[in-house]
Amino acid sequence: MDNFTPISAALGGAMIGLAAVWLMASAGRIAGISGILGGTVTANKGDKLWRWTFLAGLIIAPLIVGLFDSSLLDVQFPTTGPLLIVAAVLVGIGTQLGNGCTSGHGVCGNARLSMRSVLATLTFMTTGVITVFGLRLLGGL
Amino acid sequence: MRLSISTFISGLLFGGGLTVSQMVNPNKVMSFLDIFGDWDPSLAFVMGGALIVTFIGYRLVLKRERPLFEDGFRLPTRTDIDPPLLIGAGLFGVGWGLAGLCPGPALASATFGGINAYIFLGTMIMTILLYRIVKQKT
Repeated sequence: MDNFTPISAALGGAMIGLAAVWLMASAGRIAGISGILGGTVTANKGDKLWRWTFLAGLIIAPLIVGLFDSSLLDVQFPTTGPLLIVAAVLVGIGTQLGNGCTSGHGVCGNARLSMRSVLATLTFMTTGVITVFGLRLLGGL
Repeated sequence: MRLSISTFISGLLFGGGLTVSQMVNPNKVMSFLDIFGDWDPSLAFVMGGALIVTFIGYRLVLKRERPLFEDGFRLPTRTDIDPPLLIGAGLFGVGWGLAGLCPGPALASATFGGINAYIFLGTMIMTILLYRIVKQKT
């Protein structure tokens, strides 16, 4: 556990929570990234601009944080190539079929004590852990 | 305009949180899911921190009649536990475990994650669009 970083993790988590609360307070929306992203194309006309500006903020933010600590942008991808593509397809289909991801279910839905979100979170945590365990067994990690 | 600016600020906070917490680092995420290996439990604190703030914040915000810049709150109303929910969440978890990326961090890493971030993000967005287009037609 050399890389245990509970303080920066909790601080970042609190920022994500503030983002979710502010989105609800100002726009009345759940901060679910997969839903906001999917709606940029399929939502009604007047329901699109706020999604694009949210996503713009999401994409610009790391560069601002990087000005203070560039090491945070030095990320490593243990998985590459075809397996990375398979993973992206699964994340795409899974979040649409299950109506949410780590943010929509994991943060917003659980904070509302939604049983759908609690079960979804338990499910993706479980399959995520099993998948990483499988990768380790097969020597992929 | 006020709506778009306020959601931009929310996006900034969200992306900042993902970066500060290192959720944008696939290696960190996979170490978190690796509970039978060299486990790094840090990211449990991300969800913990986010949940505490959101739980309290939602309670204060949802007491109001309406949001600041919209007519009403748009909250999910479904309560049924159906197979697509669990199958979808299960598949998402497999993808999350395989790559160490979920949708938020995948988007946030667009400017600095390099070729692997592009591959993941491009594939994920195309999959979501295809899924929505097919679903709209059926």
